[in-house]
Amino acid sequence: MAKSVSEINEKIKKGKAVVLTAEEMITYVKTNGTKKAAQEVDVVTTGTFGPMCSSGMIINIGHAKPRIKLSGTAYLNEVAAYCGLAAADIFLGCTSLPDDDPRNRVHPGRFLYGGGHVIQEFVAGRDIKLSATAYGTDCYPRKKLEGWINIKDVNEAVLFNPRNAYQNYNVAVNSSNKTIYTYFGMLKPKFGNAHFCSAGQLSPLLNDPVYRTIGIGTRIFLGGGIGYVAWPGTQHNPTAVRKPNNVPASGAGTLAVIGDLKQMGPKWLVGVSLQGYGVSLSVGIGVPIPILDEEMARYTAVEDKEIYAPVIDYSEAYPLMKPESVAEVSYAELKSGTIRIRGKKVPTASLSSYPRAMEIAGILKEWIQKKRFYLTEPVSSIPGPESGMKFKPLKIKTIQ
Amino acid sequence: MISKRIVLKFPHRLVEQPIIYNLVKKYNLEFSILKASVTPREEGLLVLGLKGRDRDFQKGVEYLTKMGVHVQPLSQDVIRNESKCTHCGVCVTICPAGALVLDPATREVKFLSDKCIACELCVPACPPRAMEVHF
Repeated sequence: MAKSVSEINEKIKKGKAVVLTAEEMITYVKTNGTKKAAQEVDVVTTGTFGPMCSSGMIINIGHAKPRIKLSGTAYLNEVAAYCGLAAADIFLGCTSLPDDDPRNRVHPGRFLYGGGHVIQEFVAGRDIKLSATAYGTDCYPRKKLEGWINIKDVNEAVLFNPRNAYQNYNVAVNSSNKTIYTYFGMLKPKFGNAHFCSAGQLSPLLNDPVYRTIGIGTRIFLGGGIGYVAWPGTQHNPTAVRKPNNVPASGAGTLAVIGDLKQMGPKWLVGVSLQGYGVSLSVGIGVPIPILDEEMARYTAVEDKEIYAPVIDYSEAYPLMKPESVAEVSYAELKSGTIRIRGKKVPTASLSSYPRAMEIAGILKEWIQKKRFYLTEPVSSIPGPESGMKFKPLKIKTIQ
Repeated sequence: MISKRIVLKFPHRLVEQPIIYNLVKKYNLEFSILKASVTPREEGLLVLGLKGRDRDFQKGVEYLTKMGVHVQPLSQDVIRNESKCTHCGVCVTICPAGALVLDPATREVKFLSDKCIACELCVPACPPRAMEVHF
């Protein structure tokens, strides 16, 4: 017997909806089976919290007197922000750096401060120093602007992340003889460690592997507030190889998400420094999944031992775009603390915080139970495996 | 027997004194040097693992204090800023001393400060920079 999203919302309204986290759903289905789960459970909440580089904020600072048309680059706490939009709009990407940051001039660079940190401070309510110059026009005569701005004073502050919530991801290792510094952290030589980055069984898109319920317009937990799925994320790759349970065995789907930054909090948007690589932003995302039928009950009961990821060599295969993987391991193996690669026991660690992901799934569950959050039907689907959509490498023509 | 990690700070006048020699000779303490440095103003910093009989350890520390060496446990100098740690756990493969470990049940990172050897590798490896060294 199938349920609809509006029927589930009706139950939420009456305080009768049964909401479980994706972790609780595993146990529930083990005990009761998918048939009973489909009848009894209405919503499964998911969560993930990890560095997601394709993230940023758009702010409209309001018009100065006299007016200024921001152009080119403005600086927020010395971090470069993009002003190629209208006069008072600024976009700050989380990986942006101050112009005088030494980068990797002395390798590995420290990357102590950048866009991710500015976003975290801004959302925490701290004053941020804006400095900008302009060329001046008849209608926007001012040429210089400098001062402190605050999130409570700007017109809009919007978090807009073109690629978040990767469905699955690589496991990074280093086969070379020297230590390397990557977006996966410090990788020790000769398979000295293996780093992964996924909430596994709690992760949103791993619980809805072919995007049956998550689509454009889906209301979500974003950075501590309410956000929405805006679009499929950049590099969305629904045709990635899948296991018989439909769960992809590598990166696959992604989401573009958007939400009101003014509702969000610094616990869920954390600026991070990746030694030798750069700055990023750890983003907290939670997606509720309506249990429409037995298939959704089965999907949301997916366990770490049924989710596989490719082990990729970040000293060679990854930087040189070689399509090779060293091994395939499950998240259960990864979370056991060691995996086996070419006969060697390799210690594992995660860049994604499972305790925070659990907290997010729990908060979302509570919001729904307290009738503060209702589910949405997608306005439009995001491309699934049948779309044939593929993630392509760069195609570029040589300039003659 | 007692085995502890301590941080010693030497004023300028003591930099050339055979203090560690005396710890071994007079108090029969076993030592391992985890870190040693002299700052530009010649204040010495020494992180030591000390092992010996309880009484000898107490007397050794008394001797150090009397000489004018500032002594404090290592756990006061290497700390985790709890408001910054997100418990991602990426530090656990970086720490060579087993001082940063995952609790398998909660998947939270435990910082066992008595195992810390003050190598400071975790400091730049921590994405939110939650590990702090206050020597």
